[in-house]
Amino acid sequence: MGAIGAGIAALGAGIGVGMIGAKSTEAIARQPEASGDIRTAMIITAALVEGAALFAIVVGLIA
Amino acid sequence: MKLALRLLFLLLLSTGFVFAQEAEHPEEEHHEQDSSTHGDEAAYDPVGTVMSHISDANEFHLFGHYSIPLPVILYAPGHGFTFGLSNMFHHGATAVDGYVLNHGRVNRVADPSFPMGHVDLESDHAVHMTTHEVDGKERDLGLVTYQGKEYELDQPSTLDGGLVGGGITSFYDFSVTKNVFTMFLAALLLIFVWGRIKRSYEKNEGKAPSGMQSLFEPIFVFIRDEVTKPMIGEEHYERFQPFIMCLFFFILFCNLFGLIPIFPGSANVTGNIAVTLCLALLVFIITNINGNKHYWGHIFAMPGVPKWVLVILTPVELLGLIIKPFSLMIRLFANITAGHIIILSLIGLTFVFGNNGTNTGGGITGLIVGGAFTAFMNLIELLVAFLQAFIFSILAASYIGAAVEDHDHHDEDHAVDHTHGSAYAEAVAHH
Repeated sequence: MGAIGAGIAALGAGIGVGMIGAKSTEAIARQPEASGDIRTAMIITAALVEGAALFAIVVGLIA
Repeated sequence: MKLALRLLFLLLLSTGFVFAQEAEHPEEEHHEQDSSTHGDEAAYDPVGTVMSHISDANEFHLFGHYSIPLPVILYAPGHGFTFGLSNMFHHGATAVDGYVLNHGRVNRVADPSFPMGHVDLESDHAVHMTTHEVDGKERDLGLVTYQGKEYELDQPSTLDGGLVGGGITSFYDFSVTKNVFTMFLAALLLIFVWGRIKRSYEKNEGKAPSGMQSLFEPIFVFIRDEVTKPMIGEEHYERFQPFIMCLFFFILFCNLFGLIPIFPGSANVTGNIAVTLCLALLVFIITNINGNKHYWGHIFAMPGVPKWVLVILTPVELLGLIIKPFSLMIRLFANITAGHIIILSLIGLTFVFGNNGTNTGGGITGLIVGGAFTAFMNLIELLVAFLQAFIFSILAASYIGAAVEDHDHHDEDHAVDHTHGSAYAEAVAHH
């Protein structure tokens, strides 16, 4: 069960990180001069999304 | 050429992991024979091997029966302190004051009838693991065989008394373990590196940076310009720059030490939840003691929100105080631990495919596949080591920034006296 839960969490995080990546590349393409700020925001948001998946991994390890 | 050298170095590092594992392999085999007499059918226990590699230990295991001993400081209520080096346990073959070494970790025999002092257990495999059922769940249980009788072991202790893991134990382990040693090493290395850089700033004043200075100056400037200045603000960032720098470099050095598979490294420091708990606790304390009245005002009584909403909002904000450092703790711990588990699992493929030494062809296939993936994973881990140090420091900086942020006092004062709309109109008129 733990493995299935971790898989579902990875699915959600994958969609999330994918959307962050897609939108930020789009944003950088529109405004290349703002790429530094966009990159920082992208990394922070990706870390937050990834955090959710890692919570699931920890729960999977404990369960 | 330089790139090729670096890649070669990385490959060597990853194969170091392979050899470290292979050397341990005979031990595993013995262990398997040992446990087979107890009715276990598992030939190679990948989960157990991975878990013992990512957990803390009282010695630096090199290969086979060779390891670098570390100081042991143990305290049991009623028995007092026990001091020594971890080689006094002879890799589990000797019990000292009722303590034994179980897979590199000091454990205590729970039975009070076990003899004190140095006791020869007459076998290298007197300490062994088994499983028993508690409330329908399988739990690991350590056993010691001494003079034909089996004694149960306590769970390994942690400094927190077992609150975060390991269960409540009958003794306290204040030893300099692998993790503690690596933290000392990282701290000393940081003092040495930054001490030298400080001296070269004094020597090269007004001149171009040289040596280590040129390596670390861009990182320092990066942390200042990309992390502390935008997150904490021009006015306050200088106060918190040293703390954020310490966080970044300490985490970075510990992460990098964790990637080295042999002696000075091999400790999973930032993948230990107690370590990340302390780092997150520091951030929590520093954020809250520096919180100004606007910060606390936004937590207890969010301005511009109807009174009845505060009943819901204030508990949520109070929870947020805890959740923010909690997520910092989990993020670093889980990222580093997950990375180590992946690398160890890939190396473990050698033994899974090789059927624990019986199938040489399968073992070689596993080694080639696992080794290639391990080299790749090590490169990813190198990125993660920097990324997680950066994420931890940028999020810590943003929490501190939210606590010390100065609001426009002018607008705020008016918002108290008037309705929202007119205060806004006045603010616009004033500007």
